[in-house]
Amino acid sequence: MLYSENFKIALRALRANKMRTILTILGIVIGVATVVALLAIGKGATASITQEIQSGGSNLLTVSAGRQQAGFGGGGGQSREASYLYYADYQMLARGLTDNISAMVAVVQSSYLIKFEAESFSANVLGVMEDYQEVRSLTLEHGKFITEGDNKSQALVVVLGDQIARDLFGSLSPLGKMISIKGIKFEVVGVLESKGSSMDSPDDALFIPIETAYSKLFGETAIHDGKKTVNDILVSVTTTEAMDSVAAQIEFMVRRSHKLAVSEELDFNVLSQTDILSTLTSVTDTLTIFLGAIAGISLLVGGIGIMNIMLVSVTERTKEIGLRKAVGATRNQILTQFLIETVTLSVLGGIIGILLGIGIASAFALSGLIPSVITADSILMAFTFALAIGVFFGLYPAFRAANLHPMVALRYE
Amino acid sequence: MIQAEDLTKIYQMGDTEVRALDGANFTINRGEMVAIMGPSGSGKSTLMSILGCLDVPTSGKYILDGVAVENLDDTELAQIRGQKIGFVFQQFNLLARTSALENVMLPLTYAGLSGRARQDRAREVLGRVGLSDRTQHAPNELSGGQQQRVAIARALANDPAILLADEPTGALDSKTGVELMELFQSLHTENGQTVILVTHDSYVARHTNRIIRISDGRIVSDEVNHHLIKAGTPRMEETL
Repeated sequence: MLYSENFKIALRALRANKMRTILTILGIVIGVATVVALLAIGKGATASITQEIQSGGSNLLTVSAGRQQAGFGGGGGQSREASYLYYADYQMLARGLTDNISAMVAVVQSSYLIKFEAESFSANVLGVMEDYQEVRSLTLEHGKFITEGDNKSQALVVVLGDQIARDLFGSLSPLGKMISIKGIKFEVVGVLESKGSSMDSPDDALFIPIETAYSKLFGETAIHDGKKTVNDILVSVTTTEAMDSVAAQIEFMVRRSHKLAVSEELDFNVLSQTDILSTLTSVTDTLTIFLGAIAGISLLVGGIGIMNIMLVSVTERTKEIGLRKAVGATRNQILTQFLIETVTLSVLGGIIGILLGIGIASAFALSGLIPSVITADSILMAFTFALAIGVFFGLYPAFRAANLHPMVALRYE
Repeated sequence: MIQAEDLTKIYQMGDTEVRALDGANFTINRGEMVAIMGPSGSGKSTLMSILGCLDVPTSGKYILDGVAVENLDDTELAQIRGQKIGFVFQQFNLLARTSALENVMLPLTYAGLSGRARQDRAREVLGRVGLSDRTQHAPNELSGGQQQRVAIARALANDPAILLADEPTGALDSKTGVELMELFQSLHTENGQTVILVTHDSYVARHTNRIIRISDGRIVSDEVNHHLIKAGTPRMEETL
C-alpha cells in the first residue's frame, strides 16, 4: 500500500477530531515557535554585537594597563600593585613599530563634570590625538575633529559625541559654543555622528587634545612616578593577518620597557577586536544554547502530549484496527498508518510553529527592542526536531496498535 | 478446502482454563454452504475466528487449501484474511463517517489496487448486493439491512473463495434477515463461493446444505440438511 493512502487515512482521522487535533499540535507549535524565535533573537544579538565591535575597526589592537587574568574581583583577593601604561610606552612603540601599522594613538580618559548653561552632568572625557578619528573610524556630523595643531597649541577645544551634544544643547547648534569641563571653558569645534549604543561608545564621550588634557585638565590624575600615564594605546594594523605578529611585537617591546622578568606576568593587555568578539560571542552562544534548551523542553512536553492523545486514539479505534486487520491489513500497514498520523500532527505543528516563530522574531526586530536574525538552519533544525519528536513519540502508540490481536480488537467494546 | 484436525482453543480466565474448542474435526469442501450452530458459549465464534485466521488454535491443525495456517507469519495471514476470506460480522463493523463506497474499498486498498480500479470494483460489488444508489451514504444514513449489505459487499470485494458470516442476521429483523439469506444463497449458487454461517437460529441454519452442531467446544452432529429452505419461503409455514 502506498504512503499517500496512509496519509489520506491520517488526514481523515485528524479531521474527524478537529478540536483535539488543534489542542494536540498546540504543544508542538509553541515549542517550535519558541525555538525559532529564541534562536533568531540569539543570532540577532550575536550579529549586532559583532557589527558593533567591527564598526570600531576590525584590525584594531588595544594595549591597556592591567595584569592579564586579573578577573572581575581583582585577582581573587591577592593584593596586586596597580599597573600603569605610560606615554613613554606609546612613544617607544611609535618609534619602534613601523611595519604593518597604519596608525597608532594614545588615549587618556577620565570622568568630569560638564556644564552648559543650566545643563550639567558627568561624562567621560578622552584626551586624544588627531589620528584617533581614523583609528576608531569616526565620522563627523558637524565641524572638525581634534587636529595636530590643537595638540601642539594645547588648544581648549572639544569634540562632542552625538548623545552628549543632544543632552547639552538639545536642538541648538553646538558649534562655537563654550562649555565648561571641570570649570575650564572649552570651545565646541565638532560633533560626531552617532555610532549606536555599545560598550564604550563614542556617543557618550567628549574628545579634547591629549596635550591639553595633560597640561590643563587631568593634572595629577594622569601622572604616576613623575611620568605621564595613558589609559590605552590603540594600534591600527594594516591587515588582519598581521595582527598576531604585531601583538607579539608589542608584548615583547612593552615587557622590555617595563623591565619585567621572564617569569613575571604582563602588567598590561594587548587585546584585538577579535579577542573581544570571541569572548562576547561565546557568551551569547551559551545564552542561545541555554534558551534553546528550555524551548526544547517545551517541545518535548508537546511530544508527550501527542503520544498521550495517540494512545487514547488507539484505544478508541481498537475495533477499527481489528476490522482493518480482518480485511487484510498487515502489522506494518497498521504501524505505518498510526506513525504517519503522529508525524503529520508534529509536522503540521512544526510548520505552524515555524511561521509563528518567524512572526515573533520579526515583531521583536520591528519593535526595535531586540534584533533578530532568522536563519535557514534554525528553521531546518526546528523542523527536524519536530519531525523526530513525531517519530519518537509516535512509535509506541503505533506499535500498540500494530500488535493488537485481530480477534481481541474486533470484540473490543 | 478447509480441514480442521483436533482443533482446540484454551483461554486462561484467571485460575480457570476455559476450553472454548475441544478437539473439533471436520472438512468443508470448496463450494459448500454450511451452518455452524450452537447455543451461545458453545465455541462457535471461536471456531469462526480460527477459520478466519483471526486467531490461532492452542493445539490441533487448521489446513486451508493444503497449507497449515500455524506455519504462516503475520504478513501471510493478513494476505489470507484479505484475499481468500471475506468476513461478515453481526455488528456490521463499518467505519463510521465513511461512505459505503470507501468502506468497500478498504480491503481493495490493502490488496494494493490502484485508486481507479478500487472504485470500479467497489461499485461493482455494491451493485451486486443491490446498493448501486447508496454508494455515497455513510453507515448512519443506511438501514440495518443496507449496512449489512455494505458489509457483505466489502467481504466480496476481493472475490474471496470463502465467505464467513458470524450471526449475519443477528442484529436484523426477520424480514431483512430472510432477504440477506436470499443474498447468501444466490452468492453461493452464482459465484460458487464457500459460505460458512455461524448462527444459533435453526431457521437461518436451514438455508444451508449442511449443519454442524457444536456444544461445549465439541462437534455433536454434522449432517446434511434435508429440509433446505429456498430463500423467500415465509417463516410462518416452517414453524407450523
